[in-house]
Amino acid sequence: MMNVISQIFSWINNEILKMTWLSNIIQRLVENVFGLSIKERLGGSLHFFIYDTIKIFILLSVLIFLISYIQSYFPPERTKKLLGNIKGIKGNILGALLGTITPFCSCSSIPIFIGFNAAGLPLGITFSFLISSPLVDLASLLILMSFFGAKIAIAYVVVGLILAVIGGTIIDKLRLEEYVEGYVKEIENVDAEIIEMTRGERISYSKQQVKDVFQKVWLYVLIGVGIGAAIHNWIPESIIQNVVGNNNPFAVLLATAVGIPMYADIFGTLPIAEALFGKGVGIGTVLSFMMAVTALSLPSIIMLSKVVKPKLLAIFVAIVATGIIIIGYLFNAFSFLLV
Amino acid sequence: MIIKVLGSGCANCKKLEENTKKAVEELGIEATIEKVTDFKQIMAYGVMKTPALVVDEKVKIMGRVPSSEEIKKYL
Repeated sequence: MMNVISQIFSWINNEILKMTWLSNIIQRLVENVFGLSIKERLGGSLHFFIYDTIKIFILLSVLIFLISYIQSYFPPERTKKLLGNIKGIKGNILGALLGTITPFCSCSSIPIFIGFNAAGLPLGITFSFLISSPLVDLASLLILMSFFGAKIAIAYVVVGLILAVIGGTIIDKLRLEEYVEGYVKEIENVDAEIIEMTRGERISYSKQQVKDVFQKVWLYVLIGVGIGAAIHNWIPESIIQNVVGNNNPFAVLLATAVGIPMYADIFGTLPIAEALFGKGVGIGTVLSFMMAVTALSLPSIIMLSKVVKPKLLAIFVAIVATGIIIIGYLFNAFSFLLV
Repeated sequence: MIIKVLGSGCANCKKLEENTKKAVEELGIEATIEKVTDFKQIMAYGVMKTPALVVDEKVKIMGRVPSSEEIKKYL
């Protein structure tokens, strides 16, 4: 019985999430149509590029549709009401969890911040939400499963949530309310009536989201896959090992520092992460890079700077960056449990 | 009828405005369409995710861009 279940699981993982069938088709295409062996450089890069691009676009379409449908039940206006009743660490935990299912883009971080603040939510809970929202969601869980396997995916989500809870709690304890911009505090709370959508409206909303995300990220995905293909086949392993591999004790620091200003979502980052991982770079270093890219970016920092004063902004960035670095070193140290 | 499109000028806000204009034209009703881009005014409607559609001071749509067909229902 257990055997059957584990076989079903590995089939789902290989054929649906990893899309082994697609890899085989592209292998045949590269070998028979282009006449290149995928064991050689050019063929290998071509295979990586075509396979990864198609795989990411399929995952993106399916996952964004799925998650948008779920998210249509949790507009930020509802999240605000749900969070309003809970205080303390429970509030941080709920904030982090709701962050995973509330639709979010850096463009909506200002109204969300102002709205939460006006509703009287503690600053720490708002930040737990703001940390987890771009970092962890259902899509990232499934994508990571596809690229790195279930153990790493679940570990990523769990530590991401822990980071959001602890980060928010620290900001709460530091009592930084005075570093919220003055005009934000003056805005009064208005509870909008939540408009229920019909199923048809949810479906059309989800389709629209797929289209929007596609338009927004396709270029990043192609650039990411291009860099991934270069790492995969053209940059010597020794160079990668010395810069971000186990030979460099500062690899996690470097990966985090490079990732923070970058603006891309998980879809653009994955091919790079995958290629680095394939070259033997530590899983902690790879995850630090991905977390730094998704959780912090120049545009989101600029957005936040409009609602909080520089000191609070600096503390927020420092807490999240430190958390990501700690997570990176922990994952590297305990990677034998995951890989 | 006064219709307001709330949004800070993102691509989706423009699309909502276009769809609304189309809906108004097709229905052939008298309506003025205003754009509200100021965060304070947007927040005054309790909207946290733009774009949003307000018809005669009532919020009808938040955080998404419906088709002009669907918008006709709210006019």
